[in-house]
Amino acid sequence: MNDFSQSLQLIAAEEILTVVGLVLLVVAAWAGDKASRAISIAAVAALAACAFIAAPTLCQGLVGPERVAFFGQYSADAFSAFAKLLIYAAGGAALIVAPSFFGRVAAIRAEYPILILFAVLGMNMMVSATDFLSLYIGLELNSLAAYVLAAFLRTDERSAEAGLKYFVLGALASGIILFGMSLTYGFAGTTSFAGVNAALSGDLSTGALFGLIFVLAGLAFKISAVPFHMWTPDVYEGAPTPVTTFFATAPKVAALALTMRVALGAFGSQVDAWQQIVIFVSLASIIVGALGAIGQSNIKRLLAYSSINNIGFLLIGLAAATPEGAAAMLVYLAIYVAMSVAGFVVVLMLRDAEGNPVEAIADMAGLSRTRPALAWALAAVMFSLAGIPPLFGFWGKFVVFQAAVNADLIALAAIGIAASVIGAFYYLKVVKIAFFDEPAGVVSESGESGVDAAAHKVLLLVSCLFISPLGYLLTPWLGDLAQKAAAALLFVG
Amino acid sequence: MDGFPILSLMLLVPLVGAAICFFVPAQTARMVALVATLVNLLLGVMLWAEFDIGGAQWQFVERAEIFAGFSYALGIDGIALMLIMLSVFLMPICIGASWLSITKRVGEYMAAFLMMETLMIGVFTAQDLFLFYIFFEAGLIPMYLIIGIWGGDNRIYASYKFFLYTLIGSVLMLIAMFWMVREAGTTDIPTLMATDFPAGAQNWLWLAFFASFAVKMPMWPVHTWLPDAHVQAPTAGSVILAGVLLKMGGYGFIRFSLPMFPEASANFAWLVFALSMIAVVVTSLIALVQHDMKKLIAYSSVAHMAIVCMALFSFNVQGLEGSMIVMLSHGLVSGALFLAVGVIYDRLHTREISRYGGLSINMPKYSLFFLLFTMASIGLPGTSGFVGEFLSLAGVYQISSWVALIGTTGIILGAAYMLYLYRRVAFGEQKNADAAAMPDLDEREWAMMLPLAAAVLWMGVYPESFLAPMRADIEWLDQRLEAAAPAGDAQLSAPDPEAAAEHHGEEAAAEGGSH
Repeated sequence: MNDFSQSLQLIAAEEILTVVGLVLLVVAAWAGDKASRAISIAAVAALAACAFIAAPTLCQGLVGPERVAFFGQYSADAFSAFAKLLIYAAGGAALIVAPSFFGRVAAIRAEYPILILFAVLGMNMMVSATDFLSLYIGLELNSLAAYVLAAFLRTDERSAEAGLKYFVLGALASGIILFGMSLTYGFAGTTSFAGVNAALSGDLSTGALFGLIFVLAGLAFKISAVPFHMWTPDVYEGAPTPVTTFFATAPKVAALALTMRVALGAFGSQVDAWQQIVIFVSLASIIVGALGAIGQSNIKRLLAYSSINNIGFLLIGLAAATPEGAAAMLVYLAIYVAMSVAGFVVVLMLRDAEGNPVEAIADMAGLSRTRPALAWALAAVMFSLAGIPPLFGFWGKFVVFQAAVNADLIALAAIGIAASVIGAFYYLKVVKIAFFDEPAGVVSESGESGVDAAAHKVLLLVSCLFISPLGYLLTPWLGDLAQKAAAALLFVG
Repeated sequence: MDGFPILSLMLLVPLVGAAICFFVPAQTARMVALVATLVNLLLGVMLWAEFDIGGAQWQFVERAEIFAGFSYALGIDGIALMLIMLSVFLMPICIGASWLSITKRVGEYMAAFLMMETLMIGVFTAQDLFLFYIFFEAGLIPMYLIIGIWGGDNRIYASYKFFLYTLIGSVLMLIAMFWMVREAGTTDIPTLMATDFPAGAQNWLWLAFFASFAVKMPMWPVHTWLPDAHVQAPTAGSVILAGVLLKMGGYGFIRFSLPMFPEASANFAWLVFALSMIAVVVTSLIALVQHDMKKLIAYSSVAHMAIVCMALFSFNVQGLEGSMIVMLSHGLVSGALFLAVGVIYDRLHTREISRYGGLSINMPKYSLFFLLFTMASIGLPGTSGFVGEFLSLAGVYQISSWVALIGTTGIILGAAYMLYLYRRVAFGEQKNADAAAMPDLDEREWAMMLPLAAAVLWMGVYPESFLAPMRADIEWLDQRLEAAAPAGDAQLSAPDPEAAAEHHGEEAAAEGGSH
């Protein structure tokens, strides 16, 4: 067990984020919105610095008592480092794409990068939490920042609606988690994950089972798994697109990592109790996500349903309840973040002649003739999300289903993969509209120029290269890191 | 040639060509595509020349552990060699067929075709289970785009149907592959081919693979995507669909289902026979009443592939060799027939049979080629069709005379619909003035037809060239299947004359006694 000063060293990344966030807040108060670009750059730099702290932890696969801070509240292990790196990447992407979007509606504000930093700080806490109390603090810190971000376009009614919906439903979910935590505490007598794990081994009492179910239900809300998914399409559609980019990636990673830690850590001794719940939620998410997406006419809503669908596939890895399943989820998450970032950057780059964002799928008709590069990127994202080889999205499904088969969940794997064909239909629909239909003449033919446009292109290029077949060359490296992280997650010591 | 990665090169050449095609103007893209496919044809010829008949089972083996979970392992045997030759032979012809008829988005079109070529060669060379799956599935993307962008009027529906049908078929195979890899502990195809899986599990695994290959093949009743896809695809797309993509189903059976699950193959042979018998008769009858030339040829493809299926599950050397020759022959002949349709479609822009007539008067050279390919499709001796169908049915007869009988009806019906088609298109009076004014073949079309005609005759007159590389592999497969092979109903070995006479005598005596 570490003493106080060692604990402070372990949370260096969180300290950086806190201090930078607070300093930038003061700067924003003094310099105003003129400084928002400088503040964004500083925020990206802070995230990059944090990534340099997390990377060695992951590469060395660090875990064990010397990585635990504040007497069991917090663990800076390889698992949290893997999740944090994905969160930093997603947060960085959300910062890079923001100025161009907000600048056009003259809504650029210095608070945006600061809120992102605080949300990232909350997510850092979530993925590192090894105690229900630190879990809850991280969850709320992230959520409060996220509610504000969803409503960031104050003048846009849809944005305000999204913020309100997100707040009300998110608060309800937090309440459910809190209730589950209190029940669990009542029956286990401790809030630490390791303590709960030990206390609940053996026969599970009904009360503790309720606690477990409430905690998982609340977490299902946060990862927008069926049947707690209803808020997702509305929030995705209403929130400003850079914020949606953020919501689709970073909080998903954090909430899923948290779910893994709670399910495999705190309730790891009661796999039988939650496995069937996870199997149901996973299949329901795959099917509802796929069916719901078919009727959508807005690309952001479609991507919202697509994220529900993807969560279903991710949960198949959790249902396996093996180290292999956990590693598979992490690989899938990494690919999912790249696919989502690429998808939303394409959406952000779709502008009509006046520079207004284009979100209707029908307006993307004939994109392959007006903006061929963008159309091919969109097609790559769609085929990748559908899990068609040789795109890298296939690899995520591959490892997850392999883990399920190796854990003897063959029926789950067979039903899940058969349901993925339903999902393929709407991804194909987007490709069909962009490639087969006559141009609708809505999307502006010439792209924008300037630093922001170049940043978009670089971001798109990097994420598309990752999801292209070249991504397979990364599989040994990615698999190795995911295995180290999963080993840290399931470390018993 | 030792150690020279010729298979990787064959994968790389079209891929590089595809990348170039994206960025160059139309005419350059055509040239790039033609050069890339011709280079690959040359590499294919070198491959065939270097292939050591009677040598190691797996040749030109390459292996690199650059992926997690599976390896980049390539290698071919005689069966794969022949199918690769078919692919590289048809590709330049496809590019030639698209030379003038494709005018919009040429660069992307050529890129899609070159990507197709890489993936087809990848399917036939992959020696790793998952690498095979990636190549096998990836073919959906370029084909979806080819049908959807450059297809006919109903292309959208056809492209969806093609994509979703084949995807549904394939995904369950992936789950079965996971199970096999877990059980056997390797992803290496040659090792898996010699692995004996538990008999109970074999049935499930066989069904999962069957779901995929039956759709690809395609077998009745999951063949309905094929007429739509063939009719709507541009000419070259139909050629490559009928010529090579359908062969992936047959290749799947001969490479996976039969050697990996011999017992299950024997258990389910009745299913394959039943579906194939229905397919041969039903689709031939459907072909007989078509008004659309491409649809007619598409249905004839289903009938021919049903003969392949029957022969594959005959569990003897004749049947297996016959099925391979039918596949190769059908690849050439149906490709050639689609080209022949394409030639007149380019002139009149209709596939309605009744809009033509009497073409032998104004297009004698065209009619000659069309006749040759029609006869090859029917299976006239001297053409490739005869060799394949004769061997196949001889093989099938050893296992079930009923199946052979029904299969043979398919040949007769095949003659009926093909001759009927030919009569309506080439013979009779010239009732349409515009059809009567069509010019005969030009040099480009000659250059496409002539190699196909030569190959069809070569395979018909001297099939040994094509059988020799495959012989050892088919013998190996036959031995692998021997233990599981069901007993046939036809006792083909000539009975011992003395015993027969004695038996006859006894019978006569018994008869006499009863009188």
